[in-house]
Amino acid sequence: MEFKVPTMAELMAMGEEPEILFWVGCAGSYDERAQKITRDICKILHHVGIKYAVLGTEESCTGDPAKRAGNEFLFQMQAMTNIEVLNGYNIKKIVTGCPHCFNTIKNEYPGLGGTYEVIHHTQLIQDLISEGKLKAEGGESFKGRKITYHDPCYLGRGNGVYEAPRKALEVLDAQLVEMKRCKSNGLCCGAGGAQMFKEPEKGNKDINIERIEEALETQPQIIAAGCPFCMTMLSDGVKLKDKDQEVKVLDIAEITARANGL
Amino acid sequence: MASQLIFLLLTLAGVALFSFNARKVIRNIKTGKPENRTDQPAKRFATMLKVAFGQTKMAVRPVPFLLHLVVYLGFVIINLEVLEIMIDGIFGTHRIFAGLGGFYNFLIGSFELLALGVWLACAVFLIRRNILKLKRFSGVEMKSWPRSDANYILITEILLMTAFLLMNAADSKLQALGEGHYVSAGAFPVSAYLQGLLPTFASSLILVERVCWWFHIVGIFAFLNYLPYSKHFHILFAFPNTYFSNLKPKGEFTDMASVTNEVKAMLDPSFVPAEIAPGKFGAKDVNDLSWINLMNAYTCTECGRCTSVCPANITGKLLSPRKIMMDTRDRLEEVGKNIDKHGADYQDGKSLLDDYVTREEIWACTSCNACTEACPINIDPLAIIVELRRFAVMEESIAPASINAMLGNVENNGAPWKYSPADRFNWAEEG
Repeated sequence: MEFKVPTMAELMAMGEEPEILFWVGCAGSYDERAQKITRDICKILHHVGIKYAVLGTEESCTGDPAKRAGNEFLFQMQAMTNIEVLNGYNIKKIVTGCPHCFNTIKNEYPGLGGTYEVIHHTQLIQDLISEGKLKAEGGESFKGRKITYHDPCYLGRGNGVYEAPRKALEVLDAQLVEMKRCKSNGLCCGAGGAQMFKEPEKGNKDINIERIEEALETQPQIIAAGCPFCMTMLSDGVKLKDKDQEVKVLDIAEITARANGL
Repeated sequence: MASQLIFLLLTLAGVALFSFNARKVIRNIKTGKPENRTDQPAKRFATMLKVAFGQTKMAVRPVPFLLHLVVYLGFVIINLEVLEIMIDGIFGTHRIFAGLGGFYNFLIGSFELLALGVWLACAVFLIRRNILKLKRFSGVEMKSWPRSDANYILITEILLMTAFLLMNAADSKLQALGEGHYVSAGAFPVSAYLQGLLPTFASSLILVERVCWWFHIVGIFAFLNYLPYSKHFHILFAFPNTYFSNLKPKGEFTDMASVTNEVKAMLDPSFVPAEIAPGKFGAKDVNDLSWINLMNAYTCTECGRCTSVCPANITGKLLSPRKIMMDTRDRLEEVGKNIDKHGADYQDGKSLLDDYVTREEIWACTSCNACTEACPINIDPLAIIVELRRFAVMEESIAPASINAMLGNVENNGAPWKYSPADRFNWAEEG
């Protein structure tokens, strides 16, 4: 990276507080594909000059997969440990790179003593665009390119965020096409509810194949995602359909970073 | 006089039997765990008005929406006529509201048009189920009883509407003959076309009119008493079910206060937890579920919108959200019968998990909330699936091996994969 990503510990040592904490998440930290998205989110934050920080090695799993799998103990252990860290740093506002972290911190942490203003990175991008701080210039042109957006369940149906990601794409002057099942009727990529970490049950098709077939029907050049798990499922699907040369699966943060030449 | 007495007894018996069975259903629902859903009454009331009265979530599928709207309006409006039938039945009068004149004619005329609409809509519904065999109405859980149940309801509605129209046809013919107490009242835009089917003699017409009148009212009482056994219970339960529905974001799962106490005590030895009655974690049987989950089960109309959008079901997995609801109701009915026969503490050795819902089903769920979004009356199958998972994981420690591995990783590494926490920030070094 061309710049240093600041951690909370460093800021605290300097007696400073960030405007916003970037919660990276496990996928964003460890998964190679998702790491690229994480770095792009940092590039955007750096580019617009927001004072931000990450927790670095002090971050731990939000407990989301444990809670969806039914292990409330483990979830609450994780949650309370994280809340202690977040409250210790006096965090007020959080942006997450993952809809699962977003949902968990926003909705399930307040009851355990962790109340913050939580937004997803697509909402941050939309805010920056509407404030005029972020444009789509100085980088790759997406003008006229066909993009279809896949709604992550925990962003869309889970929390009613349908417009922000679409607004973030509209600024590109691209050709946005909707899949048949979109927004509140969107089809899951197959990874939610801790499915990401297990083999699917017996059936006649994998869910990500069902979804990718629908996405490909729109004949897109880019499939836009907003979740690292959807990213894995959709990328796998495109590869299995042997379309990974023509069709790119990109996170909205990556598209935004590219459009701005970051 | 005798007919008035019979009518009165029939009415009392019909209402008494219904309240006896309805009370049992309410008792069954109350065997569930408490869950407070009394906050934000104004928002709850608005939700009920919008979703149950206004049927806004039905509009997603325009064809069944319009057909259902006709039957719904027909049901609600034609039942105004029942008020007149009740008064006539008890006091031995005939068309007591005839004095309303033009307005009465308007009412009867509207009822007739609606009755025709209901008749046709039900016929289309029967065709969709039995001839077109729409995929939504099939599935492993749609065995012979649920299929017959739907057909019984539709056929009964057709018969009731037929009786209503034939009654009016005979009545208007008798009015024309100037027969006895058949006062000239009402407008008959539909039944006028049925007059030709009826006999011409007054005595036969009176017989037809009376038989239809009795069939209509007895049919209504029979229908009322059929509800507790049928998926058609939604006509009543849709209202409380939407009123008490989940107002929080769909992505948010319930918190478990009992767990919070234990976790707090673990993290801070000086913490003294408030006294909370020990209980199971999660649900093995219906009584471990909340009363909301159980009311959801009685409310389900088995329309299958949930299953038709479930990603697991679409891709051939065993999971069907509709089956989760039907299993919950079937098991709860069984538990209720056990209470009737053997008393409240009887254990039959069966449970919702394993005897009704299998592990394969609960682990196929992606928790995507497509089912809860699709339900026209805000039923939440996901909440039940989560409770069953909680029992399997926290009480039994039985989960797919890969899930256990993931949980182990979260516990030891703070991530669902086997990576070292020390490497968590390495992403910033590269790229």
